[in-house]
Amino acid sequence: MKAQGSVFRFGDNIDTDVIIPARYLNSSDPAELAQHCMEDIDTEFVKKVKQGDMIVADKNFGCGSSREHAPIAIKAAGVSCVIAKTFARIFYRNAINIGLPIMECPEAADAISAGDTVTVDFDSGIITDETTGQSFKGQPFPPFMQELIAAGGLVNYINKK
Amino acid sequence: MGMTMTQKILAAAAGLESVEAGQLIQAKLSLVLGNDITSPVAIKEMEKMKTEGVFDKDKIALVPDHFVPNKDIKSAEHCKCVREFAKKHEISNYFEVGEMGIEHALLPEKGLTVPGDVIIGADSHTCTYGALGAFSTGVGSTDMAAGMATGEAWFKVPAAIRFNLTGKPAKWVSGKDIILHIIGMIGVDGALYKSMEFTGDGIAELSMDDRFTIANMAIEAGGKNGIFPVDDKTKAYLAEHASREYKIFEADADAVYDEEYTIELDKLKPTVAYPHLPENTHTVDEAGDINVDQVVIGSCTNGRIEDMRIAAEILKGKHIKAGMRCIVIPATQAVYMECLEKGYLKTFIEAGCVVSTPTCGPCLGGYMGILAEGERCLSTTNRNFVGRMGHVKSEIYLASPAVAAATAINGYISAPEA
Repeated sequence: MKAQGSVFRFGDNIDTDVIIPARYLNSSDPAELAQHCMEDIDTEFVKKVKQGDMIVADKNFGCGSSREHAPIAIKAAGVSCVIAKTFARIFYRNAINIGLPIMECPEAADAISAGDTVTVDFDSGIITDETTGQSFKGQPFPPFMQELIAAGGLVNYINKK
Repeated sequence: MGMTMTQKILAAAAGLESVEAGQLIQAKLSLVLGNDITSPVAIKEMEKMKTEGVFDKDKIALVPDHFVPNKDIKSAEHCKCVREFAKKHEISNYFEVGEMGIEHALLPEKGLTVPGDVIIGADSHTCTYGALGAFSTGVGSTDMAAGMATGEAWFKVPAAIRFNLTGKPAKWVSGKDIILHIIGMIGVDGALYKSMEFTGDGIAELSMDDRFTIANMAIEAGGKNGIFPVDDKTKAYLAEHASREYKIFEADADAVYDEEYTIELDKLKPTVAYPHLPENTHTVDEAGDINVDQVVIGSCTNGRIEDMRIAAEILKGKHIKAGMRCIVIPATQAVYMECLEKGYLKTFIEAGCVVSTPTCGPCLGGYMGILAEGERCLSTTNRNFVGRMGHVKSEIYLASPAVAAATAINGYISAPEA
């Protein structure tokens, strides 16, 4: 499985309150949440993001609350992959559970710029910046999580057991 | 190789002799928790699962607390969804408005969290119960759904950081100052994926409410959980609140820690986290003139009876600064009642504060105390992210109830006279 898209670039400690502000948590509809994705840090994000685009961020992406609405909003906004130096642990778990592809790769996060076109090969963990021609090896998921993702998230995984 | 306290609890819940950091395990759950924001998403997910209902109607707690009493129609629909689910599955620990409280203050008070438990909650501050010697951690709604259906969850066994607390904190230095100091020291991702294990003779000097506050904010350092050993104060708290049997776990003497820190409690001063991260800490004595428009005293971090007592002690016979808005929110109905009986409510109202029914409300910018552009709030809550309490150009400073009460009186960030 591969994903390709144009990059939106963010910094350290992007918290779930800026990913989806609590004032919109009276809804749990993915399409509605997507309309406010990243609103408090980049009001242009929702206007510009296209299906398949990617987010590249620095350390501790998704810190703060446990709201699953955060990865849901990102996924529903069309984002095909989030690459970061590190992820906050609840966000990491939630992203896997709802099937939003994420990749930890500090080298890629350092080198990739906003607007670059990036390809991610999930099977090999290779991240390629098509704009600069650079390639990086992302951290692949442990086998247990690959099973979870292959099953299509936690709900299907449990149904299959 | 020895195990940490967290690792021993997880090993027992997974039915294993021993576990080590990094190992993936499947553990049995003692309690699964959700609130009015996260439960509706979990309920929807659970309905997709091929299950016969919930694993145990007595081991699920549903606490509408974020947007209740319902702030708008959409919130009301969410609460209705949770209420109907609780009724359908005969969930014994569903807490309606009038019986509820902020989840992480309420559950220990109701005796639902005891030492040795493995608890997941679809709320990041679920780590609070580590104060009682339980393993508890925040998860998302899908994990909550799986937990409600199967009574199990997968975990990656965490490595740990040990914080050795020594000495006795000075008057007006509380659990909040200790945890803010630690977050300032190690950063908001300083304990990422790890346990924060608190040890040392200084723990005996800390009340249970101090410990709840410290464990509560482990997540603000990125921690998977925060945990305290069980001592006489813990046992006394449990004797008062819990009837369930519990098992006490202790770290092995040769347990392995990634890092160790010693915190001399007697050297700490009242501490404030400046916008927009809990790690931006400064002591109050170096704050200078920072004027404040609003003070909030409450939340799952600092809405317990001791927090109310401290605030009342400082506000007694005083009046808050003209133009200041001070919102006091006792975290549970029992705390509210005790404030009434002890005269704290009278003190707060005479001082010019507004007192609210239990709710998470302003902490997450939900309702009640939302900030306008350019406004500044000093709050006893746990996060000061951009836009957390309202406008993206508003500011939140985090501090203890003592600093909050003194700030409400003076109008600028200040600590009470020692």
